[in-house]
Amino acid sequence: MNIIVCIKQVPAKDAPLAIAGNWIRESDIGFEMNEPDSYALEEALRLKEKHGGEVIVLSMGPERVKQTIKEALAKGADRGIHIADDQFAQLDPLATACALAAAIKKEKADLVLTGLQSDDHGFGQIGVLLAGVLDLPHATIIMQIEVADGRMKLKRELEAGWFQHIECPLPAVLSIQSGINKVRYATLKGIMAAKKKEIATITRESLGAASAPTQKIEKIYVPTKTKKTEFLTGSAKDVATKLVEKLKFEARVI
Amino acid sequence: MKILVITEQRQGKWNNASFETLAAAQRIAAETASTVSALVLGKGVGPFADELAAKDVSEVLQVEHDLLDSYTPDGYCVALKQVIESAKPDLILFPHTYQVRDFAPKLAAMLGKGMIGDCIGYRNEGGKLVFVRQMFQGKTAADVTFLGDGPWFASFQSGAFRADLLKPHPSGKAPVNRISVDLKPEQIRTTPLELFKEAKSAVDLTQAPIIVSIGRGIKAPENIPQAEALAKAIGGEIAASRPICDEGWLPMERQIGSSGQTVAPKLYLALGISGAIQHVVGMKGARTIVAINKDQNAPIFEIADYGVVGDIFEIMPALTEALEKAKA
Repeated sequence: MNIIVCIKQVPAKDAPLAIAGNWIRESDIGFEMNEPDSYALEEALRLKEKHGGEVIVLSMGPERVKQTIKEALAKGADRGIHIADDQFAQLDPLATACALAAAIKKEKADLVLTGLQSDDHGFGQIGVLLAGVLDLPHATIIMQIEVADGRMKLKRELEAGWFQHIECPLPAVLSIQSGINKVRYATLKGIMAAKKKEIATITRESLGAASAPTQKIEKIYVPTKTKKTEFLTGSAKDVATKLVEKLKFEARVI
Repeated sequence: MKILVITEQRQGKWNNASFETLAAAQRIAAETASTVSALVLGKGVGPFADELAAKDVSEVLQVEHDLLDSYTPDGYCVALKQVIESAKPDLILFPHTYQVRDFAPKLAAMLGKGMIGDCIGYRNEGGKLVFVRQMFQGKTAADVTFLGDGPWFASFQSGAFRADLLKPHPSGKAPVNRISVDLKPEQIRTTPLELFKEAKSAVDLTQAPIIVSIGRGIKAPENIPQAEALAKAIGGEIAASRPICDEGWLPMERQIGSSGQTVAPKLYLALGISGAIQHVVGMKGARTIVAINKDQNAPIFEIADYGVVGDIFEIMPALTEALEKAKA
């Protein structure tokens, strides 16, 4: 079973965000693997361990993205594909999906996995759009995958504690829900082995998959507060005493 | 402008976010001299169509097909593409539900269009609609506009608009137009099976008057007893944001948020929770919200009544002690 996992590199969780127009200033901050995608990678590795085949990591963005691909290789992916594009952060979801789909078409994949959404743009559309562009069946918010006889039985999460089982033929695109598995760490052996693994770089232009932008992020900004928050300050002890008083006599909730 | 709202029902029940989106559409229509059509699709959805017709809409589109009885992304995309091509709306609005996430971007792409998803609001800037959504897990907002010709697709986050502001039809009932679509079994590639809930959870957080909830800031499972001691002292239930349950530090049944439980207690104490939108939708209805977080820019403070910028590991024990002293 050959599996392509789409992985995005995003600003590190604790990175201070300096807003610059419709994106952030990238100097001086760290980047990391988008956490929801790490669950998709883990699921791909587990499927490979069970059914054999190859796990290919696909990532788009500037040169720094290679670091995240290497991390995935160290965890056990077999090879990486880097779609080089310095303007990746400016692409709309459809243009991103068209570029990823063009790279996926060059491979013989049985399954394409994505995380549910990215922690930066948070579009949450790429898996569904890939299915559309590649004309493959798809399912999203997946909590369990069982493969037998060229079909999958999937557990899909719905709202408010509900789930649904669905059957889906292969090949297909799945968006994986965070928490589906416990993500592994790279071992030292894995890190050493990754040095020998291949990362093929292609430019987005060379894929010939440009699509006219359908939307534009005009600007980003710190949201205006809708509620007036009363901040309590002082030592931990002071704050605790004040808070108990507020909750007791002002909010009257304890 | 012609606005089409795609509503959502499942197994004889509305997804109430449908009405919030319909209310949003009515407001946009009033500001832009537009009309609103409401669409419901499925099998035997006449009663749903009639209910929509009682709202202030110019027409209701009732899309019926046996193969739309259960939701499938293929079935919905094939059917709705046909409806959109014949009805020619300029703007198509959806509630941002799990189901909409599953098919709407693809539907838009099948028509060569894009979708602005998970919007929390909009602005009308001289006839141009600017949609507002969140980025960076709620740490920033983004103004997003459509490029090119319509139809444009957008979805509104649950809670972004108020369903109780939905206007009834001024003179009784809007016309209901039944629309037939051409849909064949082989066009539907996935097979939906049974809906189910996991083993019934022992705790019903929706009934808890006080909830003490922990997020990533708790750092390690060894630290959870500190939060539990605080919950005990304040007489509340312990709960968490999704990452804590994903890690297995607390059972999934204690998760608050879009994929977990939605609660509205009288007091919600958020400890080390940044306030990503997936969490906030599950608790923003709480009467009083207290947020304690070391990051003063954490989005949780936007909805907090009381905020403390500080170290939860200093404040949790101090607060537990103060509560016990207050009781004594």
